[in-house]
Amino acid sequence: MAGRIKIRAQKKGDMTEVKALMRHPMETGMRKDQAGDPIPAHFITEVSVFHGDQPVMQGHWGAAVSANPFLGVRFAGGEAGDTVRVVWTDNQGGTGEGETTIR
Amino acid sequence: MTTIHAKGISRRGWLRWTVILSAAAALPGRVWAAVARPEAAFGATALDDALAALGDTPQVHEGIQFTTPDIAENGAVVPIRVEVDSQALPNVSKVSVLVEMNPNPLAASFDIPPGTEVYIETRVKVAQTCTLYAVAEADGQLYMQSRETKVTLGGCGG
Repeated sequence: MAGRIKIRAQKKGDMTEVKALMRHPMETGMRKDQAGDPIPAHFITEVSVFHGDQPVMQGHWGAAVSANPFLGVRFAGGEAGDTVRVVWTDNQGGTGEGETTIR
Repeated sequence: MTTIHAKGISRRGWLRWTVILSAAAALPGRVWAAVARPEAAFGATALDDALAALGDTPQVHEGIQFTTPDIAENGAVVPIRVEVDSQALPNVSKVSVLVEMNPNPLAASFDIPPGTEVYIETRVKVAQTCTLYAVAEADGQLYMQSRETKVTLGGCGG
């Protein structure tokens, strides 16, 4: 299950602002469905942001990050046209990836 | 690559990121998780335990700017922002966000390599009205800033 990521990278002065919106249920494992059966935990555990090949941020997430998570980060440098990539993996082995160019 | 060298990163630091990066390229996510995920802190069910797992007791630091809503109508989606003034508090390598009354207080933890602004925006679930903490690690020391957020509808849904 590969999730898509909506991602935008914009140059702001001497730094680049990245905003990413991921599609993911982020189930905590503590909720029950209508039949009263527990809904298994399903959430993004790791999310990384790359500028070209270089990591600019790595996040470790718990289930307390909201469903369809939003992430905003800023890093120094970056030129228009450079590639910015966001990658995630979840606790069930799912992955997602999104890529954009800085504008 | 040139920018990171210009920032004066040590050879070891550079090596570390290179290793992490190549590992990540080979097996996205999984390897990084093994390297750096603070499992004990994520598993903690009380705020003090989570803080203890992260390191020492954090000191309040004015260089950390922590923005949360005063009142969150929906506890399932509470926007937060952590910003650190690098003049006031340099060398921050990690930022964690904790929600006091959640079943597991640690919501998220971010590793920040040199050259990245300490600026994180995301949204978290807040089970009930309580205090939220932003904890920054710089040179092995923990610093924090806290904010109370009132929740009118809990974050646990169903």
